[in-house]
Amino acid sequence: MARVLLVAAFTTLGGAFFRAQVLRNEEFVLRSESNRLREVPLPGARGIIYDRHGQIIAENLPGYSVSILSPTVDSLRSALRSLSRVIEIDSAQQVLAVRRFRAAPTRPAVIFNDASFQVVSVLEERRAEFPGLIIQSAPKRYYPDAQAVAALVGYTGEISEKQLAMPRYEGYKAGQQVGREGLEMQYEEQLRAREGSRFVEVDARNRVVRDNGVRAEVPPEAPPPLRTNIDLDLQRYAHEYFGDSLRGAVVALEPETGGVLAIYSAPSYDINRFIGGVSSSYYRELQEHKYKPLFNRALSGRYPPASTWKLATAVLGMELGLVTMETHQEQPCTGGYYYGRVFKCWDKRGHGDISLAQAIAKSCDVYFYQLGLKIGLTRLLAGGVRLGFGDSTGIDMPGEKTPIWPASTAYFDRRYGPRGWNRSVVLSLSIGQANNSQTPLNMARFYTALATDGYAATPQVVARTPERKKLFDLSPEQLKSVQLALADVVSRGTAAGAQVQGLTIAGKTGTAQVPPEEDYAWFVGYAPADKPKIVLAIIIEEGLHGSTAAKVATKLMERYLKTKLTMNAVPTD
Amino acid sequence: MAAPGILRRQSIDVPLLVTALLLTVFGLAMVFSAGQTDMPDKGLETLWQRQLAFFGVAMAATWVITRGSVRLIEWSAWPLYLMACIMLLLLQFLGSGAGTAASTKQWLTIGGVRLGQPAELAKLATTFMLARVLASQRDTVTSMRELWKPLLVVAVPWVLVLATKDLGTALTFIGICFAMLFWAGVPWPVLLMLASPGISLVLAFSTGVWGAWFLILVALVLWYRPYLLEGVVLVVANVVMGVVAPVLWDKLKPYQQQRFLVFLDPSVDAQGSGYNVIQSQVAIGSGGLFGKGFTLGSQKRLNFLPEQQTDFIFSVVGEELGFVGVVVALSLFLALFLRSTRIAVRAADAFPSLVAFGLMSAWFVHVMVNVGMTLNLMPVTGIPLPFFSYGGSFLLVSWLAVAVLLRISAEGRGQADALGL
Repeated sequence: MARVLLVAAFTTLGGAFFRAQVLRNEEFVLRSESNRLREVPLPGARGIIYDRHGQIIAENLPGYSVSILSPTVDSLRSALRSLSRVIEIDSAQQVLAVRRFRAAPTRPAVIFNDASFQVVSVLEERRAEFPGLIIQSAPKRYYPDAQAVAALVGYTGEISEKQLAMPRYEGYKAGQQVGREGLEMQYEEQLRAREGSRFVEVDARNRVVRDNGVRAEVPPEAPPPLRTNIDLDLQRYAHEYFGDSLRGAVVALEPETGGVLAIYSAPSYDINRFIGGVSSSYYRELQEHKYKPLFNRALSGRYPPASTWKLATAVLGMELGLVTMETHQEQPCTGGYYYGRVFKCWDKRGHGDISLAQAIAKSCDVYFYQLGLKIGLTRLLAGGVRLGFGDSTGIDMPGEKTPIWPASTAYFDRRYGPRGWNRSVVLSLSIGQANNSQTPLNMARFYTALATDGYAATPQVVARTPERKKLFDLSPEQLKSVQLALADVVSRGTAAGAQVQGLTIAGKTGTAQVPPEEDYAWFVGYAPADKPKIVLAIIIEEGLHGSTAAKVATKLMERYLKTKLTMNAVPTD
Repeated sequence: MAAPGILRRQSIDVPLLVTALLLTVFGLAMVFSAGQTDMPDKGLETLWQRQLAFFGVAMAATWVITRGSVRLIEWSAWPLYLMACIMLLLLQFLGSGAGTAASTKQWLTIGGVRLGQPAELAKLATTFMLARVLASQRDTVTSMRELWKPLLVVAVPWVLVLATKDLGTALTFIGICFAMLFWAGVPWPVLLMLASPGISLVLAFSTGVWGAWFLILVALVLWYRPYLLEGVVLVVANVVMGVVAPVLWDKLKPYQQQRFLVFLDPSVDAQGSGYNVIQSQVAIGSGGLFGKGFTLGSQKRLNFLPEQQTDFIFSVVGEELGFVGVVVALSLFLALFLRSTRIAVRAADAFPSLVAFGLMSAWFVHVMVNVGMTLNLMPVTGIPLPFFSYGGSFLLVSWLAVAVLLRISAEGRGQADALGL
């Protein structure tokens, strides 16, 4: 009896061990592995961004990150406390480290994304005092021409809690870098660093016992580089020209393909200072800056297009068969036009009896008032929509603002009430004023159609198949006459002062009234006039007159075309 | 009967001795392994040497004991018992705890020096005393009233041990008591009735289960027909237990309640009281069929395993030597117990037979509770594993028991069924 009980008891016990050790072995092996092994991410480098000639817009420099493995928030806090006795960690960084730990407790909590060499050497020296400390190389983003490309590439930063919850960032982990603004954000998926991993063995108190060789390391992978249509030299030149005194924006496109040659917004800022976490003082400085450097004027700035828009009026009039370049209007320009009240021409002296070509060259308002009246409000509004003034361009950049253009008269009813406006608004609209606000980008897009065959190209920063869309229906002869008129603007019209030796440039100036500020200066054009290679839109805030903008624009175009010529002169083998 | 006082060479119980030696060597190896960690701990590393020294002392004591006769043990039962009880009483004033059981008073401590655990000695002494009382009881026991003497013998040290808050050892006393009563031929209905208030206490957590148990008990009482008074007392005792249990539960200290809840589900407090058991299970389970290799258990090396040199030493066996190692260890224990039972069967008369069975049952309770605990089959009570767990007085007492068994075996060889079983 006693023996039977003994054998039975031991068999039961043995059975329990059999179940745990043989049947449930895998499950427990897994648990013991997750007990002792900690995955330490190996940060990878983001994809390099090149311009069209293979010059580097964004690259990576070697850097160091410092993180710490902790089992609990309390132990992390005490580790941070003891670290702060050796190196400088301000309370904001401590709070951040704790937040990172809470978001991903099994990963080492990052203390410094980009630690200085001095910090790293101090910590390496006293490593034994800080079990769980992990110092490793972490490539950091670097922009060789930071100021010139700020509006274009954006910058990178640590992923926020809000972003972590978004479907776009599924699979991202706290502490990882993510593109903010510009190309970095737009092409995040391509540029994203492919993180590797290694394993360290820790004991029950999360002290690192063995650093390597515990399990095979997965090296980080480099994503393929991103090739853009940008001409970095032009970006640099634009930055140089705007300097510290001017503010505004430049957009340059290839007329046939829509390839973006340059996107620049001034005043600019140093995106390199955003890498590894922007200091709060610099960020505050930028935010409180009078001229808002963080505002991307090229895509988000909406300005009254002023006279640069007169080409739209002209094109619509020609499409309807109302005018040709030779047509004169009934009333010559005497400095103003009476329609319920006096609508002034910008030149009080008046332009006299002129043709459309001359009206474009001299930017005569009175001529366009009359043309606008002939087109009529309804047709003008619908035409503007067709020419793309009510839509964003669809550029592959984040943050583009949709221009403001009334789609129909209902817009005015809604805005001012049925009796709050009258149809004389068509006069203001036909010279690019009133309820019309365009981004420099959208104006550049419109001019790609004028520079070519009536097809506008969608602006593309990253090289892709061009997308073109027919905007208007003009015969080749009609188009030719428009282009000649635009060339006249620079050769003897409002932009005559901006002529460049050996280069024919076509384009239109504009002077936008933005009270209470001084007038804003526009120029949208292309060059060479006979065989356009570059379409460029520029706005200079408080530039007083379009001719100011024209001078900068022609310099930029010249620069682009001359360097392009030299580049082409180099034999390619 | 073999010639008393002389242990002839051929009368040594070789299987018993070899099994006990193998277990001790196995245990020493595990104590050595327990000291091999990745964060070297001087104290832990040298434990096996101290354990080896204790083993030397134990061997010397064993040799001395085997010189003496069983009658000498029978004669010394009274003084030993009295001494043990006095020492247990002294613990109330001089006791101190250690390790995970810091709040208890298990250790006799004088001037800060821990001299030993009197409860270990008390187990031996109580076994002898109980054997003596039961052996003198000639008639077959048919009622609980006739058991007052043996019950009192166990109750005195049991209460004293409970007073030191050493729950595990207290449990061992109950195990020894029932095993020896069973061996002495007390009919199972009586044993069951004796145990019934305790069973009621446990089952009282579920009214339905307790109700069913109560009906069975009433049926048993009606069928077995004990004295009326006994029957009434029994039924009343069960009702009281069933009713007071929940009240008693509330009176338990939070850590005691926690221990019980963790036993039911360790994950209720995975970082706290459930941590030990979970890590022990992980260690054993990850050992697999052949283990991670001697001294190479990662759970142990990296300090995930708690108390790997004492309470959870069997987890080290499971992790490093795998299921094979576990089977070998358990087989050795089973062999030891079967051999001890055989010695009890073949003992010269009732006293040595009861002593042999009592010693075996004490070990048995230790092994079941300790090994069961590592897989969460038993609540964590902190009682050590014989021959394995590090601890001087425990190893000494275990070997004293071996010595007594060797002596009983030598004196009783060839004479089966001393008790007429």
